[in-house]
Amino acid sequence: MLELSILFPSILNGLTTGAVYALIALGLTLIYGVLHIINFAHGALLMLALYGVYFLHQSLGIDPYASLPVMVPAMFLLGYGLQRFVINRASHGKEENILLVTLGLAIIMENLALYLWRSDTRTIETAYTFSTIDIFGAMISVPKVAAFAGALAVCALLLLLLARTDLGRAIRAIAKERQGAKLVGIDVEHVFAMSFGIGLACLGAAACFLLPAYYVNPLVGNGFILIAFTIVVLGGMGSFVGALAGGLIIGVVESVGGLWLGESLGQIGIFLIFILVLLFRPQGLFGVKA
Amino acid sequence: MNPAALKDLAALALFAVAVAALPLFVSSGFLLNIVIMTLYAALLGQAWNILGGFGGQFSFGHAVFFGTGAYAAAVLQVKFGWNAWAALPAAIALGAAVAALVGTLSFRYGLRGSYFALVTLAFAEVFRILANTVEFTGAGVGLMIPLKESAANFQFASPAGFLYVILAMTLAACLITLWLKNSRFGAWLQAARDSEESAAALGVNVFRVKLVAIMISGALTAAGGVFYVQYFHYIDPHIAYGLGISTEALLAPIVGGIGTLFGPLLGAFALHLFGELTRNLMGDSPGISLMVYGLILVLMVSFMPRGIMGIFSRGPHA
Repeated sequence: MLELSILFPSILNGLTTGAVYALIALGLTLIYGVLHIINFAHGALLMLALYGVYFLHQSLGIDPYASLPVMVPAMFLLGYGLQRFVINRASHGKEENILLVTLGLAIIMENLALYLWRSDTRTIETAYTFSTIDIFGAMISVPKVAAFAGALAVCALLLLLLARTDLGRAIRAIAKERQGAKLVGIDVEHVFAMSFGIGLACLGAAACFLLPAYYVNPLVGNGFILIAFTIVVLGGMGSFVGALAGGLIIGVVESVGGLWLGESLGQIGIFLIFILVLLFRPQGLFGVKA
Repeated sequence: MNPAALKDLAALALFAVAVAALPLFVSSGFLLNIVIMTLYAALLGQAWNILGGFGGQFSFGHAVFFGTGAYAAAVLQVKFGWNAWAALPAAIALGAAVAALVGTLSFRYGLRGSYFALVTLAFAEVFRILANTVEFTGAGVGLMIPLKESAANFQFASPAGFLYVILAMTLAACLITLWLKNSRFGAWLQAARDSEESAAALGVNVFRVKLVAIMISGALTAAGGVFYVQYFHYIDPHIAYGLGISTEALLAPIVGGIGTLFGPLLGAFALHLFGELTRNLMGDSPGISLMVYGLILVLMVSFMPRGIMGIFSRGPHA
């Protein structure tokens, strides 16, 4: 049996990673809930955002956390444009086509990154990269704690936006009943693009919180995409609370699973959860049965 | 046999004779290699097309069958000293078995559309991590097939030998597709694709039909995996179970026209022609050729969702 002194820091570490996972998954689940599309390009877009943060730091010396006001709107605009002018036009109203188009976009972005920036793995170094905080005897790195707090804050903001604003109401209306929303005068195309934009804005924020403790290379998104899918499926496709809870659960499973099985095999736990949930409870923990 | 099927058969025969005669006129190993790789892409594409085009089940994880075939061939030769030709049917059977597993789980629980795509992707990923970890697949280092050039060993000294093998495999896939187009089973499969509820109401055993389709598809894809190992003498987890192969498998039918007999052939041909062109124009920088493939995928789905074959057929739906 593992000692509590090893298990406890591992759970804390898992929670901090899980919060960032939740942020990434929140964008994915928002896009799914509203547009009913699975965005295969989500990982590649996160990779682009990470490069954005990286170059802002390397060329202009902007601290990763300070690049939030740049990255969040930039990713939002990218998402709005992608949905409005590329994905929407390619769909021809078929789910399969959207899967294929977002897969194509992911391939383009990953290989463009490979061409432009080579396959080197890059990290940034800041004053706080190696500092740690003592939480009840567990040493957790400062960037991870910041990521945890930041990710939770953004999640809260997003939930507030969906619950309290007119845009949020329109988004929820479309998620529930597309035809009805159209009939009461909601500009569906616009809200689709807004949702996609907001989904990517989450990625922009996630990238800012992630990079100080992580790295970037052209394929970095692949590691996140299946995890994000797992969280979305686990929490229930389209459920925001589910994404948050799912993210934290997966973060802990990965971290604690890694203790037992080693880094590489620990990931298998995630995919097994994914397959099992898909098979036995496709509506997820918090979803309603379709 | 109906006249349309006879015409298809004649076209396939003509194609086979033309390709088989190539080594008599072309001695350039470079050119033959392009033809081999095109046929190989057509084989993977046709295998995907049987499940995706005729069955309507879009798999994003066909690498799970490819990798299983490739590793079966490699492990049987390297660790158990099997002859490569003996390993081929074993690898094909294993591919079908993995397909039966994935198919039973997915179809029993009614996974369709995006869910099916995701679960196949997850299966490929689980297999990739396993192959990366366990000992007998050589883990992350991969497996190297010892070089023993001889036809008896499925390692030909000249490209012509490989050309004939891949041609035979691709033809087999095309003949199965032709059978799907004209048989009762194929009609069941297409009925299940168009509406599972109606098909079931008419007495089609939808689960069984889809299961057989995924097993055929998995078996053919595994054969492609064996060919890969014999041609390149090497396999590792990333090649075997990575997203690259899964994408390559669906690209040719999408470009050529899914749910058609000649779509995957045409698509593979068009893609390789285009790939070679961009390589010549822009150099062999990392990423460029794949980027072009991604671009083609987006453009095709946006503007020609029925693929190249869509140009030839009339009517609203192929």
